[in-house]
Amino acid sequence: MTWTLLLQHLANGVALGFVFGLVAIGYTLVYGVVKLVNFAHGDIFMMASFFVYYGIVLFSFPWWFSFVCAIFLTALLGISIEKVAYKPLRDAPRISSLCSAIGMSFLLENFATVVFGGRQKPFYQPQILSKTLDIGGVRIQLVTVVTILVSVAALLFLNYLVYRTRMGLAMRALAHDFDTARLMGINVDRTITFTFAVGSSLAAISAIFWALRYPQIWPFMGVFPGWRAFTAAIIGGIGSIKGAMTGGFLIGMISIMLVAFLPDLAGYRDAFIFMMLVLVLLFKPTGLFGEA
Amino acid sequence: MYKKRSFWLTVFSLVLFFLFIQYAQTHFDAYIIRIMNVAAIYVILGVSLNLINGFTGQFSLGHAGFMAIGAYTSALLYMSPELKAMNFFIKPLIWPLNEIQIPFLSALLAGGLLAACAGFLVGAPCMRVKGDYLAIVTYGFSEIIRVLFNNLQSITNGPLGLKGLPTYTNLWWSWGWAVFTVFFIKRLIDSSYGRALKAIRDNEEAAEAMGVNLFYHKTLAFVVGAFFAGIAGGLLGSLVMTIDPNAFNIMLTFQIVLIVLLGGLGSITGTVISGVMIAFLMEWLRIVETPMKIFGITIPGISGMRMLIFSLILMVAVLFFRHGILGDREFSWEALFSAFKKRHSTEGE
Amino acid sequence: MAILKLDGVTKRFGGLIAVNNVSLELEEGELSGLIGPNGAGKTTIFNVITGVYPVDSGKILFMNQDITRKRPHETAALGIARTFQNIKLFGKMSVLDNVRVACHYRLRASVFSAVFSLPNYVKQDEELTRESLRLLEAVGLYKLKNDRASSLPYGHQRKLEIARALATKPKILLLDEPAAGMNPEETSELMKFIRRIRDEFNLTILLIEHDMKVVMGICERITVLDHGCVIARGSPGEIQSNPEVIKAYLGSGAYARS
Repeated sequence: MTWTLLLQHLANGVALGFVFGLVAIGYTLVYGVVKLVNFAHGDIFMMASFFVYYGIVLFSFPWWFSFVCAIFLTALLGISIEKVAYKPLRDAPRISSLCSAIGMSFLLENFATVVFGGRQKPFYQPQILSKTLDIGGVRIQLVTVVTILVSVAALLFLNYLVYRTRMGLAMRALAHDFDTARLMGINVDRTITFTFAVGSSLAAISAIFWALRYPQIWPFMGVFPGWRAFTAAIIGGIGSIKGAMTGGFLIGMISIMLVAFLPDLAGYRDAFIFMMLVLVLLFKPTGLFGEA
Repeated sequence: MYKKRSFWLTVFSLVLFFLFIQYAQTHFDAYIIRIMNVAAIYVILGVSLNLINGFTGQFSLGHAGFMAIGAYTSALLYMSPELKAMNFFIKPLIWPLNEIQIPFLSALLAGGLLAACAGFLVGAPCMRVKGDYLAIVTYGFSEIIRVLFNNLQSITNGPLGLKGLPTYTNLWWSWGWAVFTVFFIKRLIDSSYGRALKAIRDNEEAAEAMGVNLFYHKTLAFVVGAFFAGIAGGLLGSLVMTIDPNAFNIMLTFQIVLIVLLGGLGSITGTVISGVMIAFLMEWLRIVETPMKIFGITIPGISGMRMLIFSLILMVAVLFFRHGILGDREFSWEALFSAFKKRHSTEGE
Repeated sequence: MAILKLDGVTKRFGGLIAVNNVSLELEEGELSGLIGPNGAGKTTIFNVITGVYPVDSGKILFMNQDITRKRPHETAALGIARTFQNIKLFGKMSVLDNVRVACHYRLRASVFSAVFSLPNYVKQDEELTRESLRLLEAVGLYKLKNDRASSLPYGHQRKLEIARALATKPKILLLDEPAAGMNPEETSELMKFIRRIRDEFNLTILLIEHDMKVVMGICERITVLDHGCVIARGSPGEIQSNPEVIKAYLGSGAYARS
């Protein structure tokens, strides 16, 4: 194992970490505000990649325009899911909204199977992004660099939204104490809509980078990234953006390094991640950065 | 007196029921028999999941994992050594599994017991992990079982699965177990232990303050629920004759959750009804996936349509029929008689 | 002899010290009160005694036995029962079942004998049912035994909660604001009721209460808590004239004016 190879894996791990982290933030934001595990989040991720696919194949949009459209459409999808499946159950027992989330995930997967077809479809690879950079012997794909740059930009923007705007303040107030915030006159519906929009667009961004890295898309592609990202959110401490990113990095690194260094055990990757989840929940149920 | 009458009525209707089963086994169409077998398995799965989710209030999504353990354990025990050798042509099965063969009943029980052990392992973290987190942990568990079974080639034959399993499952086996499951779980929840489980569901903190050992009772629910899920897995394996790890995915768990939701969380009667309904419904929905000819126009079957309709039903059930068919009510002979009497007296007026 | 003894008990939540070095003794058979302004740490003391929260430091002795590290179901089995400030009944269960749950820990029969109705289970189950019915009779809820607990009127729910606590056969009963939400008539009935069960079941009772008429009316000894510390301890008369207590309740300005 050479240094250059290690650095290559490291770069890949960081990029994948960002991808998981962005999805994990979607879980964390929604959970923070409405206290709901959005099981359909992984499938929102899947839908985003299909939006891109059909933008290019059906409407022959340029790839970058298709990406932007997909992000908007995904945000819309997230908002509509909340309106249809979660809002009516906001005051119902938790178990009902949990079932609704599961049902929504199930529905999206089957909808995709029927409408888009169950076969894997190739994801468009823009010429420019598939270039490989050679930095002193370390070969890094341009996609990896772009993933990292765009994710950092998205994170900075998110940070601005959450900590510098009135909407962000409302989100934090709801996350802190839903009922009091509601009584204080915060527009609950609008804030929740906004939260879903932000979470879903982050999922769309990461779906695009995911599909650029693993260019096969299909209706169940969201299940495992979704589950790993959720694990990341819990490990980091659900409700905490910092925690979601940290968890995402941890899981991205484990995924890449396990395949790179212990290929025999790569099949057990999700078993390892799960064990980590159980250990965190047992010994520090609030996660690494969660509040008690 | 009422108790005695109810007891004999139950015995009498069970005798009638099994006479019907005997008749069905010998006279019914093989296709219908198969659906009836599936219905019985759904009943076992639904009732056992309801014990965990509906009566104890612990939201578990691990049933497919328990089923997989039961299905594989029992299959590896009741398959003949020759059949195993035929299946495991890439990597041989490890000793001693490759040499033993035991009768179906003991194989089923072994599968159930191993699933129960898994139930204990999953139920134990219940103390620290609650609500949505528990749902995630149990879901993760069942996915991990799938991952493990895909990778442990020398035990499970990996993604190839096990093929050509002997068909032991018939209506006697499946409905016999279904009746036993209903009996066992109904008796359990009506006992002092069951009251403790329901107390945990209604208010965990108060239950603990009243001396209920949370760890013991939560794991009890998981162990019993997992045992019957394992049995159901074993019965299913021998019914469909082929098992592979990916058949036991989260979709399967969702189906069982739907059965419980439709029947009503906390109603065994409702779960039995909805289990049978879903089994028949899923079969009839196959029509939408086969090509149809309407007025001379051929409509091609759309694959996946069945599951789409199924998930729409799930959503409608969750959003509009939150309490299921029966809520948490149960069937009882007394209620039947008093309803009958009431109608009688109003007719008389 | 002190039946329950707290020795320098401290409980922190993050930076907040909810209970600060509290020492407290309950004499056997006494009926005492725990009062203090909102957020003084009264309910936290109940939660610490019953084992809901582990203490950060200090020791809790119950009948000379160290129960500091015991879980709630263990302290309940030893003989410490409680009610909750915001009633916590098993809402979907019947009134009778609510009480029977509290007898469950004494059941000495396996799950198997319960499911298959073996004689040893049936005998014990009948016994605990009889006991529960007796308790319901004692609190006057016998006629409602088959009703859903959540359907009871408020006053009955309070009584059912006490009946349920009594079913654990406690030596100490901790009552968290039993008179909350009651009108004066109901309150005076409750006071009689508390005295009666104390004598009938040989209990030691510690109650948290905001209604001073209740506290001064039935408590033999009162402990005053403020910001997690014990600031006064004594008979109702002593407490009423204690300047520290008046200060805690009304603020120092009020004391200066009076």
